[in-house]
Amino acid sequence: MFSGMSGRLITIAAICLVCLWALLGPSLQGEEASPLKLGLDLQGGTHLVLQVEDPEGAMSAEARGDAADRAREIIGNRIDQFGVREPTVQRVGIDRIIVELAGIQDVGRAKAIIEQTAFLEFKIVTDGGTLLERLPVLDSLIVVALGPEELPEEVRTEGAPSLEELFQQRDSAEAETTEPPQGELRPLTLLLLDSGEPGVFLIEGPQVELVERYLELPSVKARIPNDISILWGTETRAVAGKVYHPLYVTDAEPLITGEYLVDAQAIRDPQFGSPIVPFQLTRQGGRIFERGTSRHVGDRMAIILDGRVQGNPPVIRDVLRDRAQIELATGANLEEAQDLALVLRAGALPAPMEIIEERTVGPSLGQDSIDQGKMAGIIGIVLVVVVMIAYYRTAGVLAVLGLLVYVLIILGGLAGLQATLTVPGIAGLILSIGMAVDANVLIFERIREELAGGKTPRTAVDSGFQQALSAIIDSNLTTLITAIILYQFGTGPVKGFAVTLSIGIVASFFSAVFVVRTFMLIWLERRSPTAEMSI
Amino acid sequence: MRLFASAQYKFLELRKTAYKVSVALVSVGLLSVLVHGGLDYGVDFTGGTLFQVRFDEDVQASDIRGALGAAGITTAQVQDFGARGEFLIRMAEFIEGDDRTLEARLDQELDSTFGAESYTVVRREAVGPKVGGELRRRAVGAVLISFMLTLIYLGFRFEWRFGLAAIIATIHDVIIVFGVISLLNIEISLPTVAAILTIIGYSLNDTIVIFDRIRENLKKYRRLKYIEILDRSINETLPRTVMTSGTTLAVLIALAVFGGAVIREFTIVLIVGVIVGTYSSIFVASPVLLEVERRSGGVRSKSDRRKVATTPS
Repeated sequence: MFSGMSGRLITIAAICLVCLWALLGPSLQGEEASPLKLGLDLQGGTHLVLQVEDPEGAMSAEARGDAADRAREIIGNRIDQFGVREPTVQRVGIDRIIVELAGIQDVGRAKAIIEQTAFLEFKIVTDGGTLLERLPVLDSLIVVALGPEELPEEVRTEGAPSLEELFQQRDSAEAETTEPPQGELRPLTLLLLDSGEPGVFLIEGPQVELVERYLELPSVKARIPNDISILWGTETRAVAGKVYHPLYVTDAEPLITGEYLVDAQAIRDPQFGSPIVPFQLTRQGGRIFERGTSRHVGDRMAIILDGRVQGNPPVIRDVLRDRAQIELATGANLEEAQDLALVLRAGALPAPMEIIEERTVGPSLGQDSIDQGKMAGIIGIVLVVVVMIAYYRTAGVLAVLGLLVYVLIILGGLAGLQATLTVPGIAGLILSIGMAVDANVLIFERIREELAGGKTPRTAVDSGFQQALSAIIDSNLTTLITAIILYQFGTGPVKGFAVTLSIGIVASFFSAVFVVRTFMLIWLERRSPTAEMSI
Repeated sequence: MRLFASAQYKFLELRKTAYKVSVALVSVGLLSVLVHGGLDYGVDFTGGTLFQVRFDEDVQASDIRGALGAAGITTAQVQDFGARGEFLIRMAEFIEGDDRTLEARLDQELDSTFGAESYTVVRREAVGPKVGGELRRRAVGAVLISFMLTLIYLGFRFEWRFGLAAIIATIHDVIIVFGVISLLNIEISLPTVAAILTIIGYSLNDTIVIFDRIRENLKKYRRLKYIEILDRSINETLPRTVMTSGTTLAVLIALAVFGGAVIREFTIVLIVGVIVGTYSSIFVASPVLLEVERRSGGVRSKSDRRKVATTPS
């Protein structure tokens, strides 16, 4: 750290700025979310703990861990579709998963989604022609269903973009009969961009919801050809700085489903070193697969988990039987292969998950807790400010300034570390304000003692800070030990308490030992050396 | 203004009385735990289901008990929670998965007695029996580990006698806090355990500040008797003790009054802990240090005094 006074001030200013940025940066950049991540007990939501069900104790720890990994994959996949803001799906311990759904109180619906078993299918990607020829009809149905006024600005343009011309050319023969009258709106067609691959369309990120809505319209659904499925992919593609979501057109009938899958692993091809995923089907599955793939050599096969196409569909090179392998695209790494193997195995979930813990907090209770926490915090701070200034006068004012820096560091630290604020966390925050003044009190009392012992203000301040340091370090470290143990031991809310307490300890140490001391040195320099010290 | 600026109380002379007070407090605490048939573990540790229900109209806990009793739900405990019209309903059963009959019956009963529109379930916590047992073991483990690590730390920073005295004082505090928890019928939940761990930290903190001064004064005043050094150190740190405990208590009381029902019990446990922790660092930790020093011969032996003096500070 800097020794000179300006160095000290620069350090303080820099830390304050960093914290302010962590706190206000996101909203300055136009993000609406609160900079502090609120725990489920504050914003309302559902916290679930699931465990691999193994009543006979027949599974090894490894098998249970694998089952938990597969379940995490499936549940994560499903929750993405559920539309929850920042869901948490994480494996804890050997065979458990924590699922946190902010803002969801309908536990029944959440659980239904989690508890159903995963559904894996292999389907052939078609050339998309059947959908293309039906598009004009679908367009007019959308306009009828929603009314032209309901359509967003970008799809009301009547000019045809070049990509769309491409479609027109490809199937001009069939399209002629259903050619829409001039000036007709084409809300869906305009959003489907050609990917250059048959049967795959790209939709610009912001338009995904709109396309989903159109495809969900009952009249539209009824007119989608029966022999195709329209499925979203899990991976996005970036083209020229924009993010696109792929929409696949596949055969409605699957080649095979996950019930025939026995195992899948990720390995490196012994010959070429590229990652591959060999998988194994049952004997019966092998026969079905053989029949299916013999008709589709050269076609692409989509791997679909819970209705979403996983990764990039691989090409079928040869007839496949009960043992087959998927070669990943060039440039893929082993991790991607492992993810794919996990997806395949997830389709054949060996053990169901049981819910062993469930906590739900309604939004009204959460809001109450926030309001009450604010109230208690303000009153607590006012109390501390009044007591400190009344008791230590000018030095007290400096301590309060230090406390301000302290509060800034804590809030900035919470925002910067993406720590979650919980109800006990707020209590920890308020408690730590009480404890933050302890370091100041230790120092100030020491300075008073030194002054009473006849020292000059300057030497009294120096030795006061020095003498108090060992007690401050000891007390901070013991509290930090407790906080770390709390973090290890606790779940959600208690962890939140441990985090705020830990940040609080570090911040209060810095505030008292560095910030307040700097303010004090400035103050000492400016006052007349003979005047009595106001402490 | 400076409170207790040149206090010269003879705290150590009061130690016999303090022992009696401590023994009395600890006994009352233990007795209360015994009478209550052990501590009241919440659903976090026993497994079970908890509902926090908020009524729009004026409803008494006895009304709910009556309604549930009439429906044959006898395992439910109903208690007031914070504001008027808010209650906790606790059941020993872990209501989960497909078997929701018990909860359905509870809902139905509340609907028919009070009207479906008149209440909302604002919080629901269901903990499986397996998780409950596990959390209990982890809580005990956390408290024990926290003791051990602190003891090790104190062993590094101070002499072992100081560490022993500090730990005895802290155990004393924890037992009394458990007693108060039992007397006030506060249930042991995850936040309560967090509060107890915090108290361990706070109580040690308070003791350390005094011990730090004792260590310093042992070097400074070689002529003084051990007991005089203890008294002197306590008196010198008394202004700090009063100020810090005072502000911490003030903040905690603000939390207890305005912070809402969810953390009220948590805060009450902390308040008790701060009071007991402050008392014990003066009246338990220091006297115990004196007894330990006397028994281990540290007080009279010059060599031991020197050992203290050379401990790094």
